[in-house]
Amino acid sequence: MRTLKILLQKEFRQIFRNKIILRIATIMPIMQFIILPLAANFEIKNINLVVVDHDHSVDSRKLLSDITSSGYFRLIDYDNTFDEAYKYVETDKADVILEIPAGFERNLVREGSQEIFIAFNAINGTKAGLGAGYLRTILTSYNKDIVVGLVPSMKTKEESGINVVPLDWFNPQRNYQLSLIPGILGMLVTLVGGFLTALNIVKEKEIGTIEQINVSPIRKRDFILAKLIPFWILANVVFTLGLILSYFLYHIVPQGNLFVLYVFVSVYLLAILGFGLLISTYSETQQQSMFIMFFFIMIFILLAGLFTPIESMPHWAQLITKFNPLAYLVQVIRMVMLKGSGFKDILPQLEVVAIMAVVLNAWAVLNYKKKV
Amino acid sequence: MRDRRVLLILFGMPVVQVLLFGFALSNEIKNTKIVIVDYAKDYASQQITTKIGASRYFNIEKNLLTHEQLLSAFKKGEIKEAVVFPAKFAENLADNKEAQVQIITDASDLNASNQIVSYLTNIIQNYEAEQNQLQQVPYRIIPETRMLYNPELKGAANFVPGVMALVLLLVCVLMTAVAIVKEKETGTMEVLLVSPMKPWTIIVSKAAPYLILSLIDLVSILLLSVFVLDVPVEGNLLLLLAESTLFILTCLMLGILISIQTSSQQVAMLISLVGMLMPAMMLGGFMFPIENMPYALQLISNVIPSKWYYIIVKNVMIKGAGFSAVWRETLILAFITLVLFLVSLKKFKIRLQ
Repeated sequence: MRTLKILLQKEFRQIFRNKIILRIATIMPIMQFIILPLAANFEIKNINLVVVDHDHSVDSRKLLSDITSSGYFRLIDYDNTFDEAYKYVETDKADVILEIPAGFERNLVREGSQEIFIAFNAINGTKAGLGAGYLRTILTSYNKDIVVGLVPSMKTKEESGINVVPLDWFNPQRNYQLSLIPGILGMLVTLVGGFLTALNIVKEKEIGTIEQINVSPIRKRDFILAKLIPFWILANVVFTLGLILSYFLYHIVPQGNLFVLYVFVSVYLLAILGFGLLISTYSETQQQSMFIMFFFIMIFILLAGLFTPIESMPHWAQLITKFNPLAYLVQVIRMVMLKGSGFKDILPQLEVVAIMAVVLNAWAVLNYKKKV
Repeated sequence: MRDRRVLLILFGMPVVQVLLFGFALSNEIKNTKIVIVDYAKDYASQQITTKIGASRYFNIEKNLLTHEQLLSAFKKGEIKEAVVFPAKFAENLADNKEAQVQIITDASDLNASNQIVSYLTNIIQNYEAEQNQLQQVPYRIIPETRMLYNPELKGAANFVPGVMALVLLLVCVLMTAVAIVKEKETGTMEVLLVSPMKPWTIIVSKAAPYLILSLIDLVSILLLSVFVLDVPVEGNLLLLLAESTLFILTCLMLGILISIQTSSQQVAMLISLVGMLMPAMMLGGFMFPIENMPYALQLISNVIPSKWYYIIVKNVMIKGAGFSAVWRETLILAFITLVLFLVSLKKFKIRLQ
């Protein structure tokens, strides 16, 4: 125990001596946490629309006003030909082209049906898909309107219908920040803890001080623990600051028990810091260690289910997420902060992360050889 | 260069990442579990249930859960969506009353929730339209929809340019960020400084090998995206390569600037990763639409080189546009590169502290 205490003293002194690193580890993530959530808005409003109206009839104008008043579409320009409109799409100024053919109104009345042409810029498949969905909904209700207008007898038949009521549990305002901020906080904590530990042991290797530790009677376990604990505390501090900020800046009140959250985060940090240390024991230079950690962190972040849902990944990628500690953190932070899940609800996730923590740290201890 | 492991990672990493993310990242929900709570159990609710089950998005599980049971299943994260048919659904529908369907989603994950609501609404509306067709409704507008550039709505078309920009940016910056600072740490910088080399020769010669490395990375990423991910290069390949070279130069200059400004490898690496990873990802334009951001952030996003490169790749590679479509972005990238180079030159100290 005494060795551990002395080692801890050494680590803390080293951390606090290097003011720049300390600043990077605390201020940088906090700054990002203040700024980045503002960018996180997936809401698909303002789909830019170009219209090519060959008909210029009352009906076509009514259709346009229905579309623009829906709030989803923003009319950029009227054009005379499709090619002119296409230029807008090419330069990314518009997302949709709506072409209403000549004789739109006449055909609608005479033949009972009329086609209109819609072209989406589909590079962003999600945006196009959702936009197409909105348009279809608008057209459906427009169809009902003209039927009611033209054939009053149809009225009773058409008024009924299925009323789809979406209920958005846990986030009724459909607030994107609410959905993303807890996860972003988790990611920043991971970045700080992961990179700092990954650099730590290997730095001692590079500057040669590890030899002194190797020849001293320090036990491997104590050495690894002494590396782990300071960063564990540091990451917890960053996490707490983040929670305070999200309360004051974004008014996110944790629905669940904070104690449950801290229990999970503490165990999670042990896992991710253990992973960093493991990489550190394997690599010979700081550069190596950094690149390897970077490789894994990218995978952890993009496959965490925060930015794209895990459900939308192919089966094999979903399997990978089972080994991604960050995926569990994002899940649990969301559960506790937004859904108010209790200790029992997060138990399965906690078990997995606890196993990861034990395995990774044990591995790091075993892999750290007291030889040069 | 001598370090085999770093070299292996440098080549292996972008390849693995582009493959992984090209396949894995998409926003299209597939085969998610959906619970149908059917209190009606009549022909209409069953027909809709069959339709939902037939779509490739959902796997149905029928279960008569109470509100509390639903809530606890949501809290455990076991399910993310449920459809509730109230009693007498078909009866209400037939009686010309309003028939209600509730779609309950877990909006703590809004991306998934949005998709689910939109798919389900479409399925139900289609069902309704079919029913009405049977009753011969006159006057219909039939939308004929074309999806430009990406008819199958593949996620890869959006994510390949994005991941390319992200991976190239971080790898190039990280590589060069350590270059000069490492010489400072190991003390070999003094040798360079006392030699008669001008600062710009040192900077250029530091950047050159990494430029070649990055170009090899770029080519392997492109080969992968064409042959494995099925995202072809629609535009001029040479133009794409030239633009990519420019972008790589921008990143190298950024890395060198970080390298000159910092005093230890640790600081250089932490700045280029902890400092840049999240902003590049979130403000780069491929995750979140830039037009949705507050104005101040839109301004900040302008200084992120990967934003411009992402636009260029999207235009040249996916849309097949020519230089005329991307000259503005090219100029901006060139300008950023020049500024970074000049600042590095100025900050480069010829003496040791």
